[in-house]
Amino acid sequence: MAEYGAKRTIIKLENVVKFYGDNEVVKKLNLNIYESEFLTLLGPSGCGKTTTLRMIAGFEDVTEGSIYMEEKNVEGKPPYLRNVNTVFQSYALFPHMNVFNNVGFGLVEKKMKKAEIKEKVTQALTLVQLKGFEKRMPHQISGGQKQRVAIARAIVNNPKVLLLDEPLGALDLKLRKQMQLELKHLQKMLGITFVYVTHDQEEALTMSDRIAVMNAGILEQIGTAKEIYEKPKTKFVADFIGESNIFEAYINDMSGYEFDLVLECGRIHTKGNGFINEEMVYVSVRPESLKCSNDPVKNFELRGIVKEHVYIGSLIKTSIELSNGQQVKLNNLPDVDIPETGSLVYLYWKEDKAVIMHTREDILYDYIDEAKGNTEEIRLLQDSQET
Amino acid sequence: MKKNGRRKSHRLLLPITFMVGPTAGWLFAFLVLPLIYAVAMSFAKSGIYGGIVWEFSVANYADMCNPIYFRVAVKSLKLAFDTSLWCLIISYPFAYILSKISNKWKGLCMLLIMLPFWINGLIRLNGWANVLRDTGLINTALLKLGIIHKPIEMMFTNGAILFGMVYTFFPFMVLPILTSISKIDKNLIEAAQDLGATRIKTFIRVIFPLTVPGVFAGVIQVFIPSLGAFYISDIMGGGNTTLIGNLIKNQFLSARNWPLGAAFSVAMILFTLIVMRLYSKVGNLEDMA
Repeated sequence: MAEYGAKRTIIKLENVVKFYGDNEVVKKLNLNIYESEFLTLLGPSGCGKTTTLRMIAGFEDVTEGSIYMEEKNVEGKPPYLRNVNTVFQSYALFPHMNVFNNVGFGLVEKKMKKAEIKEKVTQALTLVQLKGFEKRMPHQISGGQKQRVAIARAIVNNPKVLLLDEPLGALDLKLRKQMQLELKHLQKMLGITFVYVTHDQEEALTMSDRIAVMNAGILEQIGTAKEIYEKPKTKFVADFIGESNIFEAYINDMSGYEFDLVLECGRIHTKGNGFINEEMVYVSVRPESLKCSNDPVKNFELRGIVKEHVYIGSLIKTSIELSNGQQVKLNNLPDVDIPETGSLVYLYWKEDKAVIMHTREDILYDYIDEAKGNTEEIRLLQDSQET
Repeated sequence: MKKNGRRKSHRLLLPITFMVGPTAGWLFAFLVLPLIYAVAMSFAKSGIYGGIVWEFSVANYADMCNPIYFRVAVKSLKLAFDTSLWCLIISYPFAYILSKISNKWKGLCMLLIMLPFWINGLIRLNGWANVLRDTGLINTALLKLGIIHKPIEMMFTNGAILFGMVYTFFPFMVLPILTSISKIDKNLIEAAQDLGATRIKTFIRVIFPLTVPGVFAGVIQVFIPSLGAFYISDIMGGGNTTLIGNLIKNQFLSARNWPLGAAFSVAMILFTLIVMRLYSKVGNLEDMA
């Protein structure tokens, strides 16, 4: 995160809360969006990501809190006075206007001269590889082309921030993959900040500089794709991004940085910091980090029966049932020797491959804030709580 | 292969007859036959005592070229045009507001529009005549209050006819406009505002153009029936004003010149078809919305 420290904040959300009736859809959201970054709001449907985007665009009011754009509070500012543009999921092209007039719509509102509009529209259409489509009507072009027109219509206004609400959701997989890369290139080339909403974790990992994972109105974690994948801070993030084996455990016999994790089906001796003795935690281990052996492993007391192997070419996926009935997933390269189905195996992992997460929400959500988000500070704070 | 296909079509014949038969029969009996009868009659001659003499003649169509009839036609067209225009002026804002309010109130408003139509149109118009005539509700009240000293002449004027027309056909304008406004994707309005258009500019550049098909549908639905509606001008105009509708009615009921009436009817049907054809060209716009 340090690499973003020097970057200028372009949009700042401060304690933003949104209610629809009695339903709190966004809960105390704090978020800094930096200049020229590709930020993705990722989460399942109903997590508040689209609402957040719509509040930035000005289509929804914030119930509490403030949104700042270039350090100015934008409260009450209608969408047409905000220097952001939106690409809608449904494209929202004006059906009664041809491609040229659609793209030029915002420029006409800016009272630009005809010649200048023509030049800019042509430029934007060239950028999205739709030159020559000026005279076509929206119903005469394909879904992918509509998407490009929608993007051209937004970027032609040279906005500070481009908001994209699941823009590729309606496209088929192949086209989506292609558009993902194109969008990423476009963002790099133009240097415009992109705020991208999606529920597709693969899309988020492919495109983003940073990912903000949201769940049930809460910002669970924000960070680079690598940080989110390798160091999830909550059970939700570990579960939502990629595959994960998650164990419930509590911490016991703590001495210094070393402690025992007590799982339902065994103890594990490990180390880490930022935890309190007797604290309930989740332990997350990715399938590719989980290993098995025929002999007991030092510090690990996990045993299970091999249930099945699935060969998928590049990998062999094995599922193992622990003594308490929990199924764990384990991925191996095909050339690794794997115990046969039905045999007893001992599970282990490299100490740094497991992520131990707090379960207490008060500890969890207070320190997910990106500014304070490293474990060192949590530890310091807990030390002070204990004394 | 061919044999098989033929057998198949035989098997389908019975169900098709059952499905299409009743509709086709109904249309034939009540639409096609009368139409053929009317067209045939328009080329016949009228007898001295009002009967129909089945001899081919184009005299009826020649009669129609009489300047008197031409003036009637122009007057009817102008009235139908005015009716459409006023209906549009009133209906558009009405429909626009209706599209904005919550569904509960929308339902109530629609009910209020529809409710008068459960009562026969003649009765409603006669009701209005009672309110508007010299000794009617408005004039009596104004006289008693001393605001006026002599009744305001409201009934039996062109204004009264126009009022009756607008009153009668107003819902036919509201509904298609309301439908076309409701059909507009909310994202389009948001997109316009996102691109810098104020509310007014959004209306001018996006909302109104997208409701043009609805406006045309409404205009057609008002224009065509108001061309033929004779009873409104009879009641509100006191029979002083002759429109095409009155003309046709008179040929059948008073002048007893059925062939001439038929010729007028055929001419009007043709005119209506032309208008409909023009509309369907504009109506193609709807495919885009």
